[in-house]
Amino acid sequence: MNLSLGLVPLAFLMWLATYPSRALPMLAPGIERLPPRAVAYLRLSGPSALAALAAVNCLLTSDKPPRLLLGIEPIAVAVCVVVVWRTRRLLPGVVAAVAVVAVARALGIG
Amino acid sequence: MSGEMAAAADGQPKETVAESRRKLAGDGMAIAAYAFPVGLVFGLAALQAHFSLLDVVANSVVVFAGGSQFAAVGMVKDGASWLAIAGVTVLVNARHLLYSAATGPYMAGRSRRERVLMAHFLTDETFALSLAHFRRIRAFDARGYWIAAMAIFIPWTTGSALGYVAGGAVDVNRLGLDIAFPAAMAGLSLGMVSGRRDVAAALGAVAVAVPLGLAAGASVGLVAGAVVGPLVGLAMPEAGGGGTVDAAGGTGSGDGAGPAHERASEAGLP
Repeated sequence: MNLSLGLVPLAFLMWLATYPSRALPMLAPGIERLPPRAVAYLRLSGPSALAALAAVNCLLTSDKPPRLLLGIEPIAVAVCVVVVWRTRRLLPGVVAAVAVVAVARALGIG
Repeated sequence: MSGEMAAAADGQPKETVAESRRKLAGDGMAIAAYAFPVGLVFGLAALQAHFSLLDVVANSVVVFAGGSQFAAVGMVKDGASWLAIAGVTVLVNARHLLYSAATGPYMAGRSRRERVLMAHFLTDETFALSLAHFRRIRAFDARGYWIAAMAIFIPWTTGSALGYVAGGAVDVNRLGLDIAFPAAMAGLSLGMVSGRRDVAAALGAVAVAVPLGLAAGASVGLVAGAVVGPLVGLAMPEAGGGGTVDAAGGTGSGDGAGPAHERASEAGLP
């Protein structure tokens, strides 16, 4: 089993990028009084970043340079979105997406 | 009333501390029930990105922010720089600023050391569970906060480790498990959507990320999409003429447990 520590420093870097947003308003009251546009931008940054991540990972190949991937994967992600939208739960959506891809590949169409 | 409670709110409590803690524990078990399997998916995704077991455990314990952890796994896999990963982490976790602002007033009477420690555990779920508890008892309750925090921390970290260990025994691609990561990201993004601005922001991010990713590389497209997406959302007029944005990013004048947050929390990541 791989027991390297190569990405542990990355975890601490990510902590440095995360902790201030969790702690500053608690520790320095008043800092939360950002301009409304800044608050709105922050609120929108979560869905934006995650949507971009999903799209890049299911629509682009890992080649360099990347190519557009038009296979079963984007369909499976769309199925996940529909299931999450209907159930308000992530897990059934992910399970459905995995099932779509697994069945498609078993049938040789994925 | 518990001695742990600090006076932080007015009015009569809706429930006793004991009653509210029982409800908190029940809600926490429901959260643990989905956090564990999603943690398994994270561990599996990290295995595919060539993390070590120690890397996975460190990431879940030290970062303890599922969306950005999934993002980091994808970016490591794509060969992104650590600086880009840190930038995306800031963006994905920026919402915690709003949770902290909403929770902070309840903690005003606690020691600085205690608040420093508590802040590390302030995830979507901790916020949702603990704020609902504080509102029921109309005060701060340290034990309640830790029940909420551990309801997500323990299943998330153990699930991550077990997903990594078990993942080595399966053919990830044949079983379709490689789609779990982008599917989880899309589902979590949807879980954060509470209005047309969120939809516009998400679609705007995709519209920027994909073509730019094709032209300049996946990680460049990803960062550009994450930065530009919210601007697209802001360009969209708010439905119904708006309302004020409260401390948790919802609308109205509540104390923070707005619908956007509740849906994000329901979706299943710390």
